[in-house]
Amino acid sequence: MAEKRTYEVVFIIDPTLGDDEVMKLSETVQKIITTQGGTITKTEVMGKRQLAYEINHKKDGTYVLLEVEGSGAEIAELERRMRVNDQILRYMTIRVDEDRRRADKLKDRRARKAARRTGAKNKASGAGASASAVVAESDEAEA
Amino acid sequence: MSSHYEDRERENSYGFEREYERAMPGRGGRRMQRRKICRFCIEKVDLIDFKDVKLLQSYIPERGKILPRRISGACAAHQRMLAEAIKRARNIALLPYAAD
Repeated sequence: MAEKRTYEVVFIIDPTLGDDEVMKLSETVQKIITTQGGTITKTEVMGKRQLAYEINHKKDGTYVLLEVEGSGAEIAELERRMRVNDQILRYMTIRVDEDRRRADKLKDRRARKAARRTGAKNKASGAGASASAVVAESDEAEA
Repeated sequence: MSSHYEDRERENSYGFEREYERAMPGRGGRRMQRRKICRFCIEKVDLIDFKDVKLLQSYIPERGKILPRRISGACAAHQRMLAEAIKRARNIALLPYAAD
């Protein structure tokens, strides 16, 4: 568990709580993470919005989004704490580093592909090396 | 149940009915469907965020179900991302599991 992981934590707070209480709650949540050795890279209070369905007979809630970096131990602790907290209606943690890495890879591949295509075109127009361009393109199709 | 989306009356509940109408010329025989292209591929989307409710909403018809690939036209990879994002959004009450 030595590797660094990135998580997105979203939780919904009871709508009857005031702004300062929301801030206090999100601060305590952040404290849990930092004491467990994680780091918070982003905090965003998304504000009060209507829930798509009722949770605990409540029709709306305050959404808070956190981005956490750590080993995973602090997420376990955080979820344990959130589960017993009545003020938190719902929480969800998603590991995002893998998805992001994959997205970067796709982006990279696309950029390379575009670069290769224009490169092949230039070569073809120069010395009639259209055969090599075709080969390059079929390589991409396989990859 | 599997022919749910093929019922004539039901097609109109999707925002894609115009394309669908054109795809069914005459009666009987094989449907000549115009090949739809994945709009995520065109826009070069690598990641579909579950917080993007506006985008996801366009892929859930009234009932709250996930629009099938057959109709949405998304490619396999993007449909998978889309479905995952919708399911996440449902969990955190951004989208309904079932609408009325």
